[in-house]
Amino acid sequence: MTAPSIDFLTILPFIIVGGAAVLGVLVETFLGRRARRPVQLVLVFGSLVAAFSALIWQSGTRSLEVEGALALDGPGVLLMGLIIIVAFVSAMLLAERQLDPAGDAFAPRASALPGSVEERELTARGYLQTEVWPLFLFAVLGMLLFVTSTNLLIMFVALEVMSLPLYLLAGMARRRRLLSQEAALKYFILGAFSSAFFLFGSALMYGFAGSVDFAVISDALAAKPGETTLVVGGVAMISVGLLFKVGAVPFHQWVPDVYQGSPAPVTAFMAAAVKIAAVGALLRVYYVAFGGLRWDWEPLLWVIAGLTMIVGSLVAIAQTDIKRMIAYSSIAQVGFILMGVSSASPQGLQAVIFYLIAYSFTTLGIFAVISMVRDASGEVTRLDQWAGLGRTSPVVATTFAIFMLALAGIPLTSGFIAKFLVFEAALSAGAVALVIVGVVASVIAAVFYVRVIVIMFFRDPVEGGPRVAVPSAFTTLALSISAAVTVILGILPQPVLDLIEQAGVFLR
Amino acid sequence: MNPENYVILAAVLFTIGTVGVLVRRNAIVVFMSIELMLNAANLAFVAFARMQGNLDGQVIAFFVMVVAAAEVVVGLAIIVAIYRSRRSASIDEPNLLKY
Repeated sequence: MTAPSIDFLTILPFIIVGGAAVLGVLVETFLGRRARRPVQLVLVFGSLVAAFSALIWQSGTRSLEVEGALALDGPGVLLMGLIIIVAFVSAMLLAERQLDPAGDAFAPRASALPGSVEERELTARGYLQTEVWPLFLFAVLGMLLFVTSTNLLIMFVALEVMSLPLYLLAGMARRRRLLSQEAALKYFILGAFSSAFFLFGSALMYGFAGSVDFAVISDALAAKPGETTLVVGGVAMISVGLLFKVGAVPFHQWVPDVYQGSPAPVTAFMAAAVKIAAVGALLRVYYVAFGGLRWDWEPLLWVIAGLTMIVGSLVAIAQTDIKRMIAYSSIAQVGFILMGVSSASPQGLQAVIFYLIAYSFTTLGIFAVISMVRDASGEVTRLDQWAGLGRTSPVVATTFAIFMLALAGIPLTSGFIAKFLVFEAALSAGAVALVIVGVVASVIAAVFYVRVIVIMFFRDPVEGGPRVAVPSAFTTLALSISAAVTVILGILPQPVLDLIEQAGVFLR
Repeated sequence: MNPENYVILAAVLFTIGTVGVLVRRNAIVVFMSIELMLNAANLAFVAFARMQGNLDGQVIAFFVMVVAAAEVVVGLAIIVAIYRSRRSASIDEPNLLKY
């Protein structure tokens, strides 16, 4: 028997993030209450910077590591880098504690009953929840593993490591705890349900191929084209699990509830980073493991992408709550991403990665603004309350308008370039009908994006409405980064496109 | 005994779990149904390992058990928190988030 060969230097980013998360748990156990927050912040930001540096240092290697269980290939490393940057910006939003007079966005103690004497006392004494930080880092670790795993077992474990902390984070809002707990329950039940599907699908694929490795599955598909029962069942159930995580129709029901109920910084993290991780995993499974079945899953993805775009855009029009509207808009955006995935070409892969970069920063910015618009009871998310925000706080409202235009895909924003690339990839794959559906969905979607701008700038402010709270440097910086990326990617996308092109395709 | 029968049993258990999640109202029972689905997958892995003649499936079953245990911790924490604030473990009652 020989010991497995593991090159620990190449997997340093995972070790750093995972190690910092474990250290964070120890900090919670052994350090005094006052010292915890600063130590945790140093751990989180320090580990993310260190992991990013290690990633850059190792970015020249294109190899399968840990006995072929992790693929540090071009797209994998690129998506890891993107996840770390997005996590860094999300961490800034999570660290904000100037917006709410009582502290940060989280309940002082998750186990205290909402509205109880205990909770009021803890709030009055200025308790802050610091357990969110280790949870956050574990979720980041899960995401990093999710986009690089090359077998279904590691992918399942990564899926759970990513999801379990998020279920908890969703339920810890300081304000409107009942909504928040309800969001956590729905997210958990539906998430666990879908990962059970993913697991049973993996079992079927194992029964077919005799291994859960993507490369072996792909070879087996080429060698045994006739045996279909296990393959069809396996591919379908694995797809259900992954499409649930990206929030595609018909597995989208959890998205609006969870986005609305969770604290805005957590929603930002969930909407941006989870989407990158889940789409990255989806790409790898479809392109590497199920590449040989391309003709079977392509039409399926066309239908799902089309449905997702249309349903997301149509239902978003009817929303009166801004978080819910953004949730449906994110469902519609997933449709565009899936359009790129379905083209099954290197061009489609590049288009999807660019779309993820553009979309994630725009989303972070949107939720940064949402977390700033508040009144005495917390965030104000009713759309009609936002009337006249353009007159009372022109800078914030203008930034928000830029994000809305980017989501709608107006030229000179990142959203336009992203949509253009995805349409181009789908067209060259011959999906003309899907592109037409996409254009129609974009037009429908423009209605509600523009409506938000009209409400903010051309309506009189409501009496006793919300105002924009003055944030600390954390949120200001996060918002500036998001806005800068959104605009710069719209005007000068070429350097990023070159970077994506250099990354090449998945190793197998 | 033919290991294929165990695969069929796994499929049946998985279906029972799925139906349980869809029709039961008590969060704990829904949760138990999800665990049944995970264990059905375990049974399928082990049966397939026997059919394929390698040990991968049995090792995977251990991983799944650990993950399922972690899921229980998180899931019960959420359900207990909801029960304490609502005095009910029904998954139909939390209905503030809709439309």
